[in-house]
Amino acid sequence: MEILVCVKRAPDTLENEITVNKDGTNIELEDLVYSVNEWDNYAVEEAIQIKDKVGGSVTVVTIGDEEAEEVLRREMAMGADKGILISDEAFENSDGKGIASILKAEIEKGKYDLILTGAQADDGAGQIGGMLAAMLDLPYASLVNKIDIAGEKLTVGREIEGGVQEINEIELPCVLSIQTGINEPRYVGIRGIRKVASVEIPVHTAADLGLDASAVGTSGAKVKKLDYFIPETGEGAEILTGSQEEIAEKLIELLKAKGGIK
Amino acid sequence: MSRQLFAYITHKNSAADDSAFELAAAAKKIDANASVTAIVTGKGEDLTKVCGQITSAFAKVWKIDGDAFAYPNAELIRAMLVKILPEKSITLLAHDTFGMDLGPGLSVKLNASFISDVVDIEGVKSDILKTIRQEYSGQVSTHVSCDITDGAVINIRPGSFKPEETSIGGEIEDKSSEAEGITAKRKYIEIIEAEIGDVDITKSEILVSVGRGIEDEENIEIAQELADAMGADVSCSRPIVDAKWLEKSRQVGTSGQTVKPKVYLALGISGSFQHLGGIKGSPFIVAVNKNAKAPIFQVADIGIVDDLLDFVPVLTEKIEELKG
Ligand SMILES: Cc1cc2nc3c(=O)[nH]c(=O)nc-3n(C[C@H](O)[C@H](O)[C@H](O)COP(=O)(O)OP(=O)(O)OC[C@H]3O[C@@H](n4cnc5c(N)ncnc54)[C@H](O)[C@@H]3O)c2cc1C
Ligand SMILES: Nc1ncnc2c1ncn2[C@@H]1O[C@H](COP(=O)(O)O)[C@@H](O)[C@H]1O
Repeated sequence: MEILVCVKRAPDTLENEITVNKDGTNIELEDLVYSVNEWDNYAVEEAIQIKDKVGGSVTVVTIGDEEAEEVLRREMAMGADKGILISDEAFENSDGKGIASILKAEIEKGKYDLILTGAQADDGAGQIGGMLAAMLDLPYASLVNKIDIAGEKLTVGREIEGGVQEINEIELPCVLSIQTGINEPRYVGIRGIRKVASVEIPVHTAADLGLDASAVGTSGAKVKKLDYFIPETGEGAEILTGSQEEIAEKLIELLKAKGGIK
Repeated sequence: MSRQLFAYITHKNSAADDSAFELAAAAKKIDANASVTAIVTGKGEDLTKVCGQITSAFAKVWKIDGDAFAYPNAELIRAMLVKILPEKSITLLAHDTFGMDLGPGLSVKLNASFISDVVDIEGVKSDILKTIRQEYSGQVSTHVSCDITDGAVINIRPGSFKPEETSIGGEIEDKSSEAEGITAKRKYIEIIEAEIGDVDITKSEILVSVGRGIEDEENIEIAQELADAMGADVSCSRPIVDAKWLEKSRQVGTSGQTVKPKVYLALGISGSFQHLGGIKGSPFIVAVNKNAKAPIFQVADIGIVDDLLDFVPVLTEKIEELKG
């Protein structure tokens, strides 16, 4: 099975507190630690497990700047066979449709049986997989937490509300968005990364993909982020202050009053 | 503005989802004078009941009855909507697991703009719709504009719009015949219910809930000790279950359990909407988080800005002292 996994380099929310920059045009980018979007890592692991079972290959692709190459290497260290970096200034500020149409152009240059994305990335849109499938006219299932191969079809589980699993049959080729928890992504050590450090990663531009630069990026975007801000919140929590002992004592009084200690 | 507004309504056990009335409220914020059409798919008696329930909130209800729609398969429903929606219309969906499945692809097929997970709507000015979204699990917000010249599909975050009391008394129109013969390359097979675990957290009065801030599997013990001292049960956020540190049955949130405790202690939980969506009944919420700006502090009653690994053992010890 020829599998393509779309991955995105995203700020690691465990390592960073995300704040707004001075003029509200973006998040504060200084000192941000990046990694591969959490959901995408599960998607790559799933692709590798499928390849190990039925053969084929796993390609990872990302749209980003030069630095996005590091996430491709990381996923190749996990076991992906090939990486493709799609990079062009013309792609900056693309909206969801823009990103999906760039990925579509790349996908049409190859021949893939299965295309995986993460269920969502850092801006929480959860849109690329569904858009891509519709653009390619392929069937789609989102929030997939189980994949079984049954000939020309897959049996997939979707995680819906309440931890309930919805089982579907879907024809190949198809696009699936992967939910966390579907597997346990393998650990990647420094040695693994070193092994793939010198593997050549092709860079594809708008021209390589035959894309009209005005249809993507800022000029093609119908959906635009205008500014970033911290919402004015209601009352918010009462923050307890003092030494840890003092705070603990205050909290115990409050908990007792609310029936929080039996 | 004479644009047509639609809302796709989901339902379960013969009852419309709460989001139905929230979508009606959201539509009002796009155009206060619009007469909004609800679209409901399903089968038989169930569907008829749901259509009746929502006429209070919509001017028109398009009812689509058919065997193929007994279970909502987003791929089939997309094909149906593409067939029946007028050009350039605006369609609202709830941003739940169904709306996430349907919305992005629908927007492509309608050649309409798509905005995901909208928490507020500021209005429309010369074909530009201005909305508010959140990023990074609610740590920051953004104003997002959307060109709706060619229509739009807008996914609305559940719980973000306050339903209004209305008695519009909309008309039900049977559109079933238009949906005949639609097929999809994805077929719904069955539902597998969630596993029942050792503890039923939906019945717990006091929950000590751990999130990714617990950092290590071994540290779960710290939360368990506090829970033991308080007479509470331990629950958690999704990443703890993904890491297999606790059972799925202990996960609080939209894709986990809905809990209704009296007291909820959130330890190292950022406060994403999917997590908060599983906490009902307005409990007394205490949050311990080392990031003073964590969104959880917006919904908590009491906040403690500290490293939970340091603070929680102190709290446990104090409670044990008290109990003697
Ligand atoms: C369709 C869908 C369904 C989902 N369903 C659910 C669901 O049912 N339940 C759910 O929980 N999530 C769900 N999620 C995931 C959700 O979006 C968030 O990713 C998740 O809730 C984050 O969990 P968290 O708060 O534990 O982790 P994070 O967001 O990583 O937050 C960790 C917090 O811990 C703090 N912290 C770190 N170290 C410490 C320390 N030592 N002391 C104190 N504080 C510390 C950090 O400041 C941070 O605020 C779902 C996502 C999707 C797409
Ligand atoms: N710049 C990108 N390059 C490659 N894939 C992406 C990119 N942005 C998003 N994706 C894919 O789309 C998924 C969903 O992202 P989103 O729709 O942005 O929330 C991600 O998990 C990735 O698989």
